[in-house]
Amino acid sequence: MLDSSLRSNRLPAVPGVGYKPQHYDQILEHAHPVGWLEIHAENYMGDGGRPLAQLRHLSERFPISVHGVGLSIGGEGPLDADHLARLKHLVGWLNPASFSEHLAWSTHDSHFLNDLLPLPYTDETLASVCAHIDQVQDTVGRQMLLENPSSYLAFEESTWSEPEFLREIARRTGCGLLLDVNNVFVSATNLDFSPQSYIDAYPLDNVHEIHLGGHDEDEDDHGRPLLIDSHGCEVVDPVWALLDYVLERSGPKPVLIEWDTDVPDWHVLRAEADRAQAALDRIPA
Amino acid sequence: MSVSQTTFRAALLDPSAVVPEGLWDAEERPAGRRFSVYRNNVAVSLTEAMHQAFPVIAKLLGPQNMDGLSGLFLRKHPPSSPLMMFYGEEFPAFLAGMEQLSHLGYLADVAHLELALRRSYHAADSQAAPPDALAVPPEEIVLAKLEFAPSMTVLRSEWPLYSIWRFNSEDGAPKPAPGAEDVLITRPEFDPAPHLLPKGGADWIAQVQAGLTIGEAFEKTSVDFPEFDLGATLALLLQGGAITSVTIERLAT
Repeated sequence: MLDSSLRSNRLPAVPGVGYKPQHYDQILEHAHPVGWLEIHAENYMGDGGRPLAQLRHLSERFPISVHGVGLSIGGEGPLDADHLARLKHLVGWLNPASFSEHLAWSTHDSHFLNDLLPLPYTDETLASVCAHIDQVQDTVGRQMLLENPSSYLAFEESTWSEPEFLREIARRTGCGLLLDVNNVFVSATNLDFSPQSYIDAYPLDNVHEIHLGGHDEDEDDHGRPLLIDSHGCEVVDPVWALLDYVLERSGPKPVLIEWDTDVPDWHVLRAEADRAQAALDRIPA
Repeated sequence: MSVSQTTFRAALLDPSAVVPEGLWDAEERPAGRRFSVYRNNVAVSLTEAMHQAFPVIAKLLGPQNMDGLSGLFLRKHPPSSPLMMFYGEEFPAFLAGMEQLSHLGYLADVAHLELALRRSYHAADSQAAPPDALAVPPEEIVLAKLEFAPSMTVLRSEWPLYSIWRFNSEDGAPKPAPGAEDVLITRPEFDPAPHLLPKGGADWIAQVQAGLTIGEAFEKTSVDFPEFDLGATLALLLQGGAITSVTIERLAT
């Protein structure tokens, strides 16, 4: 269980965007480009060169959120100690405003599969995920946020609902939560549950950051809609509506626009951030 | 029915494998196509990573052949760490072992060059020695010992490696002519670039790296390469900011 003095998340409750190097010049040219930036930790684990130089420069002007995509917290095996050490090093020198990872696995038997893979929600996986989060928070020396996944299928063996599973992880480890509203919408469509009831069951008090992104539409073998989390287009209207539903209950939170594939011009990404600001402005007093 | 990650991974990497039991849709029917989303994510993201990592190989082979080769490669050599910036270490050896590609013997060396460019891009920063560090009398230059930037690399090739890279990377570059070429990679600030090393340059740099003085290394190199052009080699290193320290132990007078 995390010492409460290490619960230091300092992202402002305004929109941020996922940082892409092709936007570097425009971000620095604007007087008020965006409230904060999120980076994928693994892209800044080289020894030097342009990525680290840009990050050092940006961190002087913006709160930075470090978002890991490769720790494999939901893995059956032990965490990769080398990778954890790299995270500790990055978070150590950068001292970011926030640090987060995923409820997923990506590494098995030292093979990294470059995707966020699903796990069943059982007492056994709960214990193992909590042990991994304890290890991460102890090693890195600060609170981490855990993000809910996009689901395309369910496990027969699961005995916990996802919101209850996340609530219990937060209770046992003292970690915070990163609520990806698009992921909730994608999973709800794919697994046929109500996204609003998911939010109603979700521990919003533990949320320190919200993610929004675009998804693709496909069909399963039975012609049912199958949404795929792609981060390659605009956030759709029903996801914006679900964001309103969340913010009415949670109050203002830092909201991130994720756009990772087919990265658009800066003004397109900026327009999405403006739309997130409008949602924050709509929160009833 | 519980699904281990060993089972999940095996089915993920083998498109012909059956989808593991115990994975459902909302109505408890077998996951089927839903599992393929993960299969696709893995294959597509790693194939894209290979295209980004080896643009010249992709150009030499054509995008479709590159897709096919990447598919074979990623199943045989999934990434061994989450640092995708270094993915593809085994690709040169993999290319060299492909019988169908044996008529393109230079591919492995080109892949080595592309890997080395990426390593240089992410290598530790360093401060180049001042431009006048070697502005000393010739009798002192030969006594100098040098240290090089971590972003500097030398590649030796039996193929016209530099010319092949250039022909496929720069508009209007001349067609490669047969012959061996060694390549020097330097990174003046953030952008690594390959350069053609004079004959013997790779040997001379290796000897200086081993601790010999400029003069001692020159004498050794000249045995095999009487035409070795020390001035041109030093100029490439200095222009590329690849020399980080010059130490001259002057003779006692």
